[in-house]
Amino acid sequence: MASLAKSKVGAGRDKTFYAILIPILILFVAFNTIPLITGFLYSFTDSKGYGAFNIVGVQNYIDMFSDVRIGNSYLFTFKVAVVATILTNVISLVLALGLNSKIKFKSAFRALYFVPQILGALVVGYVFSYFFTYIVPALTGTSSILADPNLAWIAIVVVLVWQSCAQTTIIYITGLQSVPEDVYEAGSLDGATGWNQFRYLTLPLIMPSVTTNMVLVMKNMLMVFDQIVAMTSGGPAQSTESISYLIYNNGLSGGQFGYQCANAVIFFILIAVISILQTRFLNSREEQL
Amino acid sequence: MAKDAFGAKVKEKVNWPVTILLLIGLITIIFPLYMAVVIAFKDGMSTDLAGILSLPATWSLDNFIEAIQVTDFFNSFMNSLIITVVAVVVSVLIHSLAAYAIGRNMDRKKLFKASYYFIIAGMYVPFAILMMPLVKQTAILHLDNMVGVMILYVVFYMPMDVMLYTGYLRNIPIALEEAARVDGASTWSTYWKIIFPLMKPMHATVAILTGLAVWNDVMTPLVIMGGSGVNTLPLAQMSFQTAFATDYNLAFASYLLAMLPMIIFYIFAQKQIISGVTNGAVK
Repeated sequence: MASLAKSKVGAGRDKTFYAILIPILILFVAFNTIPLITGFLYSFTDSKGYGAFNIVGVQNYIDMFSDVRIGNSYLFTFKVAVVATILTNVISLVLALGLNSKIKFKSAFRALYFVPQILGALVVGYVFSYFFTYIVPALTGTSSILADPNLAWIAIVVVLVWQSCAQTTIIYITGLQSVPEDVYEAGSLDGATGWNQFRYLTLPLIMPSVTTNMVLVMKNMLMVFDQIVAMTSGGPAQSTESISYLIYNNGLSGGQFGYQCANAVIFFILIAVISILQTRFLNSREEQL
Repeated sequence: MAKDAFGAKVKEKVNWPVTILLLIGLITIIFPLYMAVVIAFKDGMSTDLAGILSLPATWSLDNFIEAIQVTDFFNSFMNSLIITVVAVVVSVLIHSLAAYAIGRNMDRKKLFKASYYFIIAGMYVPFAILMMPLVKQTAILHLDNMVGVMILYVVFYMPMDVMLYTGYLRNIPIALEEAARVDGASTWSTYWKIIFPLMKPMHATVAILTGLAVWNDVMTPLVIMGGSGVNTLPLAQMSFQTAFATDYNLAFASYLLAMLPMIIFYIFAQKQIISGVTNGAVK
């Protein structure tokens, strides 16, 4: 009898858990999985986003590979993402080492260096757009790099790094704080100071933070959009069209709905593969150390 | 405070070179904001650098008053506020509940474990691929408005939030719930009376991360309700960009207004925001 009563209660509990899980799953499927599948299906059509369309098989995917504009958007996005990710991590690590040392006004410094994180990327983009259009040329006597198809990407990198250093630095500080003081004391007996201390003691011990930051920043950078809208609208001469911007621009108002869905599918696969590979690679380095 | 070999307290030496370097480095953070402030308070643009960057002769609020009117600031502000508050509150309630159901069952039931990985995998889905189908879908469902945007945020931040909550739940001993069950409490009331309050630190993290991201997001409202005349703060900046084309004083006043709510919030909740962002990333 006792076991019967118990199993009844157990069934009641399970019912509650299912009653919670299922509606939430339905919500998730409705606004995440279904659009993902629809997007995938549209990628096999010549839909303009409105009216009738035909099924064209894998034609969109074939066309993509000879599309210079799409090719350039991938080159631009990866160039910006790689450069900005490396710069962000190097600067943030240096900044974190500084902010974690025995300095005056420590908490004030940390609070101020964190400010870019809370500001909206769009408005920051507008401010930097002015900075690169008027202030920098006035200082250097050259024309604005935002007007130069070969240099405009640098302005995008600068604004991305300016904003993303805040969170990255805080994560590095947390990593540095987790290194016990006696590791340094023991190390200093063996002559590990300065660069050697950093290279052989600190860096291996904060590898988990490096992993987190590299993956996090890289993923955000690959999806760059707001800064492009604010600073260049993809110009000059389409030299700063990021993948997200091109999908948005041509997919929603350029009559390339089906075609840009194919682009988005490739983009999705790339993001997933890169994030997974990066995590695997950096995790394996962690274990070796 | 460090101690010397005999256990006596030694006053730690302040590293002044690093302090000074950090002070110099702060210029990179402060300069863009300084530039925004001095331009926003000025009337008319100077052509030389000194003129642009000097402090205004008189601190006039005219640009701000005009910017408030031009961008319909209070309406956009209220819309942003409503969207953010609703998205955050619903996320905290629903995502923590989902994580509870999943976390307490994923080790014994396949469906819950599969659901966990299914939802978490959503983190790898860029908005770019959902965007186009969602524009159609929300239009069909008559959700191409603020309600639709709020629903989408609750769905988009579900993967991250469920992961954070599920991780946190591992540290809450199951014995507490078992004790409540022996006393005859249902799963539902056990959750709200015992588990939900215990997850308070994680609620703060989730609220900060979701809130910051939603408040500053451009893309979702842009594609879902862009052109409808209903603006969020970032959308208002975008819509009136053409009006600002020639008037930088007005533009910068408007940018500052858009940043102001978050800066004020940061001044008051600085510690919570920093620790929220850190906890969220480090897990």
